[in-house]
Amino acid sequence: MSGKPVLHYFNVQGRMESIRWLLAAAGVEFEEKLIMCQEDLDKLKNDGLLMFQQVPMVEMDGMKMVQSRAILNYIATKYNLYGKDTKERLLIDMYTEGMTDLYELFFKVILAPPEEKDAAKSLIKDRAKNRFLPAFEKVLKSHGQGYLVGNKLSKADILLTELLYMVEEFDASLLANFTLLQALKTRVSNLPNVKKFLQPGSQRKPFPTQEMFEEMRKRFKF
Amino acid sequence: MSGKPVLHYFNIQGRMESIRWLLAAAGVEFEENLLMGQEDLEKLRNDGLLMFQQVPMVEMDGMKMVQSRAILNYIATKYNLYGKDMKERLLIDMYTEGMADLFELFIKLMSSPTEQRDAAKSLIKDRAKNRFFPAFEKVLKSHGQGYLVGNKLSKADILLTELMYCVEEFDASLLTNFPLLQALKTRVSNLPNVKKFLQPGSQRKPFTTPEMFEEMKKSFKF
Repeated sequence: MSGKPVLHYFNVQGRMESIRWLLAAAGVEFEEKLIMCQEDLDKLKNDGLLMFQQVPMVEMDGMKMVQSRAILNYIATKYNLYGKDTKERLLIDMYTEGMTDLYELFFKVILAPPEEKDAAKSLIKDRAKNRFLPAFEKVLKSHGQGYLVGNKLSKADILLTELLYMVEEFDASLLANFTLLQALKTRVSNLPNVKKFLQPGSQRKPFPTQEMFEEMRKRFKF
Repeated sequence: MSGKPVLHYFNIQGRMESIRWLLAAAGVEFEENLLMGQEDLEKLRNDGLLMFQQVPMVEMDGMKMVQSRAILNYIATKYNLYGKDMKERLLIDMYTEGMADLFELFIKLMSSPTEQRDAAKSLIKDRAKNRFFPAFEKVLKSHGQGYLVGNKLSKADILLTELMYCVEEFDASLLTNFPLLQALKTRVSNLPNVKKFLQPGSQRKPFTTPEMFEEMKKSFKF
């Protein structure tokens, strides 16, 4: 036992990627037990390690943590990435939850049947360009600081950077008019821990493609 | 301005009901601005009051709070319903997020087209009976205390009670084999603030059937 957190999840971004980003940005080394087949998942279930029979699950500080938001909040608190008081925590949560709404639309594209894919992609473009990215650009413009909340790096900045990389890979033109967001993305990417995580060979997982999803669907029978 | 929180949402349970429960249980009186048609929603948007153009929105402590989880966490912290330290907060978050997964299935049912309703109902029954309720029953059994975390009322107990009322109205038989959960439901229901909230005429909203939701949709553009 190395004492490092152990992340249990499939070999995809999915609902674990934000946790990987947050730990990496906090400079916390972690191990991964990648679930490669149904038997791996069944073993976790049968050993009673998954409170709701679901992953992500993170072993950390003697606990088997489940539910990605619970895990993210714990890590953010532990590594001082959650603001300095209740009001800053509220802002960080508001912004992070907005990001999750956009993030969820990426899942919807992958899950959508062929005839609904174009509509799902259009929805991401519309929401990114007209709802979510303008809201975050406005926050940065309103206080002119380098980070979203309290002039200090928080969970919100790290997860926004992760989201911007996703949006960029999906359609780089969506970021075009958001100069402050691009500056934040650059700023966070240049932090030593994040820079390392962005190198090839890190534990960062690739942008999900339809082929990857179909492969998983076969292996995990869903 | 009365100084009371003002809740902006449709006249349904939806994503605001948990906030109503939490405020009520904390003994906080609140006002509601019920959105009855598209114009009401447009006014909030045009007045720039909705960070992501969405409701729920709660005006409280000089802020326009959006995103139900952010709002719930703020209220829980303010009224000491969030445990005594980060480990208790983790447990409360884990449990609450599990409950949110089950709540989501009710939202999915409410907004599902006719041909998908039977499948949606079966999924709720399966998940309540075989995944979520057993997990919470097990927590109560493991420590033998009257509340889920830290032997003290928290956000987790209040939201679990709300969830159980929801499930009971949907199909009362689903609660049969969970005596500790039923005891918790009774315990929380008997707290003076909650007892008052459970009386007819309170701000509690009725269980929203798919048919009711269909009717409501006519007044809105979705």
